Amino acid sequence: MMDFIGSLGDILGNASFWVAVLRIATPLIFGTVGVLLCERAGVLNLGIEGIMVAGAFAGWLTVYGGGSLWTGVLVAALVGAAFGLLHAWLTVGLALSQHVAGLGITMLATALSYYGYRVSFPKVNTPPTVTPFAPMDWFPLPVFDAQTPPTLLALILVPLIAWLLYRTPIGLAVRMVGENPQAAEGQGVSVAAVRTGAIVAGSALMGVAGSFLTLSAFNAFFFNMINGRGWICVALVVFAAWQPGKALLGALLFAFFDALQLRLQQSGDAVLPYQFYLMLPYALSIVALILVARRATYPQALMKPYRKGER
Amino acid sequence: MTEPAPVLRIRNISKRFGELLANDAISLTLDSGEVLALLGENGAGKSTLMSILFGHYVADAGDIEVFGKPLPPGNPRIALNAGIGMVHQHFTLADNLSVLDNIVLGSEPLWQPFSNRRAARTKLLDVAHRFGLPVDPDARVGTLSVGERQRVEILKALYRGARILILDEPTAVLTPQESESLFATLAQMVAQGLSIIFISHKLGEVLRVSDRVAVLRAGKLVAEAATKGVTQAQLAQWMVGHGVDAAERQPTRVRGGSVCALERVSTARRGREYLRDVSLALHAGEIVAIAGVSGNGQAALANLLCGTLSAEHGSVTLLDAPLPAEPDRLVQLGVARVPEDRHAVGVVGDLPVWENALSERLSSPAFSRGGWIRGTAARAHAQTIVKRFDVRGGGLTTAARSLSGGNMQKLILGRALTPPAGAVAAKLIVAHQPTWGLDIGAVAFVQQQLVAARDAGAAVLLISDDLDEVMALGDRIAVMHAGALTEALPAEQWTRETIGLAMAGSHAASTPGAERAA
Repeated sequence: MMDFIGSLGDILGNASFWVAVLRIATPLIFGTVGVLLCERAGVLNLGIEGIMVAGAFAGWLTVYGGGSLWTGVLVAALVGAAFGLLHAWLTVGLALSQHVAGLGITMLATALSYYGYRVSFPKVNTPPTVTPFAPMDWFPLPVFDAQTPPTLLALILVPLIAWLLYRTPIGLAVRMVGENPQAAEGQGVSVAAVRTGAIVAGSALMGVAGSFLTLSAFNAFFFNMINGRGWICVALVVFAAWQPGKALLGALLFAFFDALQLRLQQSGDAVLPYQFYLMLPYALSIVALILVARRATYPQALMKPYRKGER
Repeated sequence: MTEPAPVLRIRNISKRFGELLANDAISLTLDSGEVLALLGENGAGKSTLMSILFGHYVADAGDIEVFGKPLPPGNPRIALNAGIGMVHQHFTLADNLSVLDNIVLGSEPLWQPFSNRRAARTKLLDVAHRFGLPVDPDARVGTLSVGERQRVEILKALYRGARILILDEPTAVLTPQESESLFATLAQMVAQGLSIIFISHKLGEVLRVSDRVAVLRAGKLVAEAATKGVTQAQLAQWMVGHGVDAAERQPTRVRGGSVCALERVSTARRGREYLRDVSLALHAGEIVAIAGVSGNGQAALANLLCGTLSAEHGSVTLLDAPLPAEPDRLVQLGVARVPEDRHAVGVVGDLPVWENALSERLSSPAFSRGGWIRGTAARAHAQTIVKRFDVRGGGLTTAARSLSGGNMQKLILGRALTPPAGAVAAKLIVAHQPTWGLDIGAVAFVQQQLVAARDAGAAVLLISDDLDEVMALGDRIAVMHAGALTEALPAEQWTRETIGLAMAGSHAASTPGAERAA
């Protein structure tokens, strides 16, 4: 037991641990904020898992084909936005079930990406690599100087989205459309336009979240690399009670446990099987969800398709 | 004197929903500074017409002119900009947002980096002051009372500079005192030059507030007259299409023993919808009417007696034994239930009439044997109900959802009051808003059935937010407010005013007898 606490102290005292926490948190921050935007407007977007795969692939392919790293991120955002537009057409235009549309998009985007990869690289055994974002050595803060620019972007994005949601007319429109679309329509706000906009913007962020994995965290694209991160984002939004600040906190918390379990696995003297540590962040998220999310006030119109002229 | 130009002119508006012709070539005008009452029964087409005016629906034919300019159809934003404001019957507010948020939405260009909150707040407070509608801009709408929410809805329209205000059944959810204050607000608006369309099906109210009245029946405009020259009876005749006899009070003749008693009952707290230290005795051969604005614990009371909610403190006895919290058992003991929401709780909409007629008695040996439904017996029973309670609009195999509200309620009432062979007759009837949303004919039928059941010896608990109904049917009346119930006193000891005060939670009103003496 003392051993365990000792190794825990070693881990937490090491700067590289905190570097890892921020790195793991970055795609979760992008993804969670993306889901949050969609859900604040009243639309569940379960396409995130697939959109992240597509973003990871599209971003990586762009850079592999000679584009700059930032072009890769932009392309990932555009690909995400395109799938967002499809989701908006299905859930807002046609008012179909948001669950089914979202899961369909996840399957479609995942399959298209894998297919695209296989067609582009039919006979490769080791995944081809690109040169990823370099750490920001110039940054005057420890831990942060080992991060790549997209992490900084993610951290700036959170207050920006909070400002947008709570301080601007468009943010109020998004929240109102997620709370009571009839009211918004009655005030002269187009529910379809606002919802579509929120889904497209949120999905673009999901694409960026995926590209972080291939352009910053790793340097290649491989199958199953998203590995449920999209679903984690969906849960984190509930944990965050649909508030950007808490979403950041949730992403960091999850990343903390994920980094911790990686280190504990490696520390070797662990008495428990490594699967236990693998499970840890997920189990702790569920506990946190139970503690926090029960009192959350969720958007009242979430998952309710709005058809104009109906009551 | 020249005739002032009308602010609003509706010409030959028609709208069809499938088979139903909701509006049939309706033409109306509204003059400046006028209150026009739009009167009609539920389903007469009032709300459809107003939804067309406000751009929620697009008319199949006809056109609208506002302040002399044609109004393009189908866009609330254009209607708003033209100066039309609408206060919906079911409020269109977001509960989780603040009053200011709800009001400001849509009034600023969407793409600007800052929302000018301070200017918006000043403007709101100014409008609120000008029309005498005090409001806290930062309160979360979810925490407001129904009257306050309506105030927010009205302010929403006034904030946008509405010159024509449409109020859809505005008093349906208000206490009499709140209604009075609404009428005062309307007078103030007219004084400031606004024009108002007041939609209602309450005759007294229409006579009280309007300058002119237009009556719709089955989608057609059947009458239009200056309010001064018409009587209540005449309005009723226009509205229904035939003469209507005012309901006569038929007080109970024989009051029997106690059937059900609540002794200081409290239930788990959920907003205002709970019971707080409620005591009440229900006797055979007597109707006890519970008045109150809905959402003040009436649902908790009904659910408690229907077995879907348990008391936290206190005791509930039924026929000298503790009341079992099992709906199935209660039905067997003779508790007949008419639930508040007939669509959601009363029937299963997709199932046919005969299965719905059977649904409360699934375990009765009259209808099932060895786990199989006795189809013939069940259908015969359903046929009896349909015949006795005059359920029209389809056969036994019609899906219940396609029945009209009145026929659906007759089916539910018939099911509750028609015990199958071998079962006891209804001893306690829990009727929660039994006539809500029904047309006049169906209302009279339901009320007659309740009186007949009482005269046959049942104890009737009538929960209603329609004060006229409470006063017409109740042998004893009690008033609910915020989970508490006043003492159930004989109907003669209450007046509309004392009931209204108790509905608003005024303590002095909870003992009307004492107040009379004072």
